[in-house]
Amino acid sequence: MTQAPALHSEVEVTPWREYFSFSTDHKVIGIQYLVTSFVFYLIGGVLAELVRTELATPQSDFVPRETYNELFTMHATIMIFLWIIPSLTGGFGNFLVPLMIGARDMAFPKLNAIAFWLIPPTGLLLLLSFFVGPASAGWTSYPPLSLITNKAGEAIWIAGVILLGTSSIMAGLNFLVTILKMRIPSMSLNQMPLFCWAMMATSALQLIATPVLTGAMVLLGFDLLVGTAFFNPTGGGDPIVYQHMFWFYSHPAVYIMILPAFGLISEILPVHARKPIFGYQAIAYSSIAISFLGLIVWAHHMFTSGTPDWLRMFFMIATMVIAVPTGIKVFSWVATVWGGKLNLCSAMLFGMAFVSMFVIGGLSGVMVASVPFDIHVHDTYFVVAHLHYVLFGGSVFGIYAGLYHWFPKMTGRMLNEFWGKVHFVLTFVGFNLCFLPMHVLGLQGMNRRIAEYDPKFATLNMVCTIGSYILAVSTLPFLINAIWSWLGGPQASANPWRGLTLEWTTPSPPPVENFEVEPVLLIGPYDYGRPEALVMTSAANPSLMGKPNSKAETVQPLPSREAEDKEGG
Amino acid sequence: MQGSSVNPSQGELNYSATATPAADHHSEHPDLRLFGFIVFLVSESMLFLGLFVAYFAFRVVTPLWPPAGTPELELILPGINTIILLSSSFVIHRADTAIKEKGDVKAARGWFLVTMAMGATFLVGQVYEYQHLGFGLTTNLFASTFLCADGFPWSSCICGAPVDVRCVMAISPTRSLFPNQSFWH
Repeated sequence: MTQAPALHSEVEVTPWREYFSFSTDHKVIGIQYLVTSFVFYLIGGVLAELVRTELATPQSDFVPRETYNELFTMHATIMIFLWIIPSLTGGFGNFLVPLMIGARDMAFPKLNAIAFWLIPPTGLLLLLSFFVGPASAGWTSYPPLSLITNKAGEAIWIAGVILLGTSSIMAGLNFLVTILKMRIPSMSLNQMPLFCWAMMATSALQLIATPVLTGAMVLLGFDLLVGTAFFNPTGGGDPIVYQHMFWFYSHPAVYIMILPAFGLISEILPVHARKPIFGYQAIAYSSIAISFLGLIVWAHHMFTSGTPDWLRMFFMIATMVIAVPTGIKVFSWVATVWGGKLNLCSAMLFGMAFVSMFVIGGLSGVMVASVPFDIHVHDTYFVVAHLHYVLFGGSVFGIYAGLYHWFPKMTGRMLNEFWGKVHFVLTFVGFNLCFLPMHVLGLQGMNRRIAEYDPKFATLNMVCTIGSYILAVSTLPFLINAIWSWLGGPQASANPWRGLTLEWTTPSPPPVENFEVEPVLLIGPYDYGRPEALVMTSAANPSLMGKPNSKAETVQPLPSREAEDKEGG
Repeated sequence: MQGSSVNPSQGELNYSATATPAADHHSEHPDLRLFGFIVFLVSESMLFLGLFVAYFAFRVVTPLWPPAGTPELELILPGINTIILLSSSFVIHRADTAIKEKGDVKAARGWFLVTMAMGATFLVGQVYEYQHLGFGLTTNLFASTFLCADGFPWSSCICGAPVDVRCVMAISPTRSLFPNQSFWH
């Protein structure tokens, strides 16, 4: 493959000290997010392995029961608030959004740095709570249980969630303003890469839903520390109000965790299938639709909380409606890959695995949305299986696909493909072995969040545990590959995958302030297969010559206003 | 494609370096702080909305509201207080108009100080009211939700006060008071 002519005589490599500083460069912050959150992923993973080891046998024989409660509570908290949300929004969002829209940095670089630097100390604080007994009421922290277990740990948990929520709001604000206001002049919203659309929808959710969680945490904190009775039934309070406030955030949080991954996949599939994305506008607008619908379905988590029938009916239907925009995306991805010239590299393998695994998680989501079914499987392993197919098979596979795809751009080095494929096979097999049997366990009635279970579930639980060990091993080839390649892998060209979005037009890694010259949009972000896609040549006038999926004949200078008027007249 | 050529043998992007240098384009991007601030206000109001909705939810699900034994709330002082607070919105609007339409720094500063004085009166009134409520944060559910839903918004005003003081010092014909005004409303 021909090397791209570098715009700079030599590529500037960010000194390693920069990554430990209060840098305001969005690329440095993006990598800070990714590395920090990956460290927390490993910690959360260790907690998960301890949980699975306890569940390998029906008896409670590995850790004390209270410790088991602490382990699954902290596992979920770390995975959600310190791994998936920061890596997808903070990590990929920071690194990619300004590059993709041709901006020099985010709208508010200092705010960006503050948002990141809230995360490591808060994560550390949560981990330190292990010394005083961490929160153990589940990541949902439902009162009154959360008011009577491990008070100090619970207080730290509340403070941690408020701080991480604040960081998330800051990031959301920054992304929304950046995407709406900092695009190069020639890029309209409908010419934006789909990841930016997804980030716009995600940011709106972060801004609207997170403050309500903060409110709930403040009230819960008052109940815990001051002795008020907002959610404490013994003092006249109502725990159901907490559940409403909590899920008003935490259901949209699911979309905060999956929409950016949808965006990543929409970027990766067309590049490695060498085909235009199918249904650009359908994918873009369905992100917005999911974002809106995501705000009005929260009570489907509360079908067994005494929710009145008419309300359950509304939330059931609203939840099922979300399958429509999500289905539009899935069909568009399949149509994109269909008949393409597939390059089955690690990024593409994870990308295609994302689509298939997410379909399983999405379909079981429609099942649990149905009230009569949900009443039976609520709080069973069916729900655990469903949520891991969405958050691991979806979000984590998406993150891995993104890491393989953009690693060359981030570090200027190529990852080793062989070890990438080993990583993929181990992850795919381990994941399915671990979580597929949980569907059956749930349908047979095995409760979640309990260390002991009926011996008749023993065989399938052993399979799950073995799967989880394979998953643990699967991170090793990735880790070693990433560190090894970063230090001494083969140099990456500016555009190793021959992508058409703007981040591939600048050297790998991109210089400070990204572009030496303001990029000029000459072709839509997914116009693969057209001769014009092979070469971008100069244009004095920064205008876009072509739209997403536009046909070849539209690639000509934009007609002048007078010419248009004449045609119209 | 006019003025350009396609060379399929060279499978790479080649963005021209003849376009406008980045420095010219980027260094002067419009000030986005105002837009960012409005987005922040939307987000902040969701916190208050959450607390208010919680108050109404408790009210709906509790059989007797306020619970038996809750002292009656006095309405006259809080009523006056509310009128002062609401009218201060018009005053700060005058400050903004003064600077926008006439460029009158002196008048703007004056109106702004009047607004702050009205805000301070409101806060003093609130403190007095809270001291004479007859119930505290932990008395009962009504007391707790009342104090939280009421206390959070006005405590955010206290947080805004130092910023306001800083703004009075910095008023100039080129600076808009719009962010202060929107926060105040």
